[in-house]
Amino acid sequence: MRWGLLHVLFALVSAPLLAGVINRTKAFFGGRHGPSFFQLYYDIFKLLRKDAVYSRTTSWIFRTAPPIELAAVLLALLFTPLGSTAAWLCFQGDLLLVVYALGLMRFMIISAALDTGSAFEGMGASREAQLSALAEVALLVALLAVAAFTKSFSLSAFAAQAWAAGLVWPANAILPLVSAALLVVLLAENARLPFDDPNTHLELTMIHEAMILDHCGVDLAFIEYGSALKMWILSAILVSMALPLRASSSLLNFATGLGAMVIVALLVGYIESVMARLRLIRTPQLLVTAGVLSFLAVMVAMR
Amino acid sequence: MVLPLIGLIVLLASAVVCGLSKRGDVLGPCAATIAGALAVFAGGQSLLTGASPTITLPIPLPFGAPRLEIDPLTAWFVIVIGMIGAMAAVYGHSYLSNQPRRTISLSWCWYNLLLAAMLLVVLARDGFFFLVFWEVMSLSSFFLVVHDHEKCGVVRAGWTYLIATHLGTAFLLVMFMLLGSPDSMDFVHFNPAVVPGGASLIFALALVGFGTKAGLVPLHVWLPEAHPVAPSHVSALMSGVMVKIGIYGLLRVLTFLGPPPSGWGWVMIFIGVVTGLTGVIFALVQHDLKRLLAYSTVENIGIIVLALGLGVLGIAAGNIVVATMGICAALLHTLNHALFKSLLFLGAGAVLHAAGTGRMDRLGGMLRYMPYTGAAFLVGAAAISALPPLNGFVSEFLVYAAAFHVMSVGASAWSGLIAVAAMALIGGLAVACFTKAFGIIFLGSPRSKTASQAREAPAGMRTAMILLALLCLGAGLGGPWLVGLVMPAISQLLPVSMSLNELQGIFHMLPWISYAGLGLLIGTALLLGLRAVLLRGREIRSGETWDCGYAAPSPRMQYSAASFVQPIGSMFAGLMRTRRRLQAPQGLFPTAARLETETPDFFVQSCFAPIVRGLARLAAAFRDLQQGRTHLCILYIVATLLLMLIWHLG
Repeated sequence: MRWGLLHVLFALVSAPLLAGVINRTKAFFGGRHGPSFFQLYYDIFKLLRKDAVYSRTTSWIFRTAPPIELAAVLLALLFTPLGSTAAWLCFQGDLLLVVYALGLMRFMIISAALDTGSAFEGMGASREAQLSALAEVALLVALLAVAAFTKSFSLSAFAAQAWAAGLVWPANAILPLVSAALLVVLLAENARLPFDDPNTHLELTMIHEAMILDHCGVDLAFIEYGSALKMWILSAILVSMALPLRASSSLLNFATGLGAMVIVALLVGYIESVMARLRLIRTPQLLVTAGVLSFLAVMVAMR
Repeated sequence: MVLPLIGLIVLLASAVVCGLSKRGDVLGPCAATIAGALAVFAGGQSLLTGASPTITLPIPLPFGAPRLEIDPLTAWFVIVIGMIGAMAAVYGHSYLSNQPRRTISLSWCWYNLLLAAMLLVVLARDGFFFLVFWEVMSLSSFFLVVHDHEKCGVVRAGWTYLIATHLGTAFLLVMFMLLGSPDSMDFVHFNPAVVPGGASLIFALALVGFGTKAGLVPLHVWLPEAHPVAPSHVSALMSGVMVKIGIYGLLRVLTFLGPPPSGWGWVMIFIGVVTGLTGVIFALVQHDLKRLLAYSTVENIGIIVLALGLGVLGIAAGNIVVATMGICAALLHTLNHALFKSLLFLGAGAVLHAAGTGRMDRLGGMLRYMPYTGAAFLVGAAAISALPPLNGFVSEFLVYAAAFHVMSVGASAWSGLIAVAAMALIGGLAVACFTKAFGIIFLGSPRSKTASQAREAPAGMRTAMILLALLCLGAGLGGPWLVGLVMPAISQLLPVSMSLNELQGIFHMLPWISYAGLGLLIGTALLLGLRAVLLRGREIRSGETWDCGYAAPSPRMQYSAASFVQPIGSMFAGLMRTRRRLQAPQGLFPTAARLETETPDFFVQSCFAPIVRGLARLAAAFRDLQQGRTHLCILYIVATLLLMLIWHLG
């Protein structure tokens, strides 16, 4: 409980740091020095102090969407465990609340994008709707695999009971399969390569950045911060499923969890450095592959 | 039992008056609202006290006197009928107001008759009267569907509905004939054990018969025809409530049939998954709002039947947790879908009323002209996408929970995987479908002149929509209370008797959802406050939408309904067979270009159309017999008489 609260506080403070780690990793592979680890913090603080410009096309949806998105992602964070550190709050079925709270966030982002009446943002919204529908299947089925194995329906209980039930990788095939599926979902949902290119938003290929093209100032700060928290949440879920270490001390567990978060960020940075963005027509196939991996994981779990 | 009887008398009397006079425009909706309120009250009373009052009407008829009863299962549906019936009536009063008084009056006659028939169907405890009321329900709704019969395509849609519903009724007729005996058609005397073919035959007949009314794929084909052409408050009542009477029938039959084998559960899960996916995929690609909503009803019926299938699997396996959760999810989703779907249909009607079209690609930016309608529609769209803190999330949560628990039931474990995967895909596609519906219609800028001249709906229509939106929120936050309310109805379907408290214990996690929903509302309010504080003292300007350098963005540059769903549509292209008519831009200075897409129903095209064509060809073979000449007719009569004479002599 106490550690769960600490995790929430830690995430609130350090979620933007993940983006810093990813960018520095990419810079390292590109032979550059790269931006500061704290660049996203600077961006957010700068945005918070900006004036605002709103399109005359937009309605109150465009203005209320960012706070709703942030509230939804904050709610999801309360129920997210970190490795074997249980979440601050948990109940049987909290994984659905987390997934659907992220769904609410997506609903509002898409609506706000359509509110601008811009072709770019409509395009981004349309693609987001397509990819996230597929990502949701992979995510929920992957979590079902772990749930079926541990006989528990709570994210926080997974880690504790998986260990007790002997779900240790690589001896058991479930964890590698689930981890692979979750990694693909993480990349898709957070608008990373190979699904989306976070570096630019002025090209026809973009998804997330295209959707938030018209947001500015405080609203954009809310969205950027919310996206950072979403990245943190999905990484934490991945870490909770994939972390092969369980120590007896809570402090050690928490520390390994944080370490694993950094490793996930490094991994994402590495993937972004060595891969090109897939053609849009191929990205659904990758997500379907992730879904198939999750299906396999459930089959193994039910064996 | 007195309250619903008064309600029925009010409805029937007002139907007669409305049918005979021109004064139905106020009397009709008033009677429907009063009767609806009485029904909600009576249903609530029965559920809260657990009593099942019964009454035998003292009317001597050949098949015995009709017996009516409110047990908890009936009470739950009585509440749904009463609530939506009343709301839609309040709305309908304003909606119809610009039509001739005689037409309005007649429409309320059928409306109140439909309401009374639906109440009687769920109250009836006798196979014969059940079918009579069922038929009254079908016919009165047919007349409501063809209300605008002078418009093109309306009568055709009405015929489709009439044929479909009677095909369904034919199966029900056979079912009741098999179940009943000439002495008594009372439900208590039904004994499936003596039926040739056994309970499974009865179940199959019920699934087809009630499935036609509920809109199970491939019997759903009448829904996307009939719902769009009916007046919107009627669509709301039909889509939100009348299709649920099919679900009620299925549940009622399950109470006769004794312990179900797991095969029934599997069949229902399979049909539920197919129905849900087909519904949502076809809903996505519709460009007419009411048609989209009709397909989305098919989707939600799929979810309900899927949940019911899980519940039946639970009963068959003796797993009380799965059984309770599955049935609870089905019943709760019945109520929730009634709330948000009727809200969405009423919203669609308001748009139709204001802009004169339901074609999404002619609408846009309606939120500015119709703020209340838009806000209510947003609530409905979020609720049907199962987003917290609204009611859709609670019932879909229970479907997932049932699917998870079925994973621990040995042989049925696979159904959990199927259910979760299907629900996840349906959920994701529903978000796409309803962001499209809300976003294209209410957001952005108007795509046609009529859309930009729209005005907010009148007070009566607004009231009904806002009340329904509030109910969606209330049912989302009050999930545990609702589950407590529906518990007696669930225990009626369970084979073992458990105390309600024990059953309630299964839902120990539900308060969390309410707390989370409240937290979400409070968090949003706080963050909105924070945003206001941060923006204080800042300069807030307005400008054009940033479209990467366009000097004069026009509404026609916006993403349209068709372009929004194109990526998803392409994934299911094999199933949908969307027709495209493309006039591509040509030459160095292209002038005109056009793209039209239309997605006809797959099952109509490849399943029913060939059968109907075959029947028509068969019928055409007999056409030569009927020449319209008098002497030929006389020849037939003489020949027939001769044949009969020979037969009689021989």
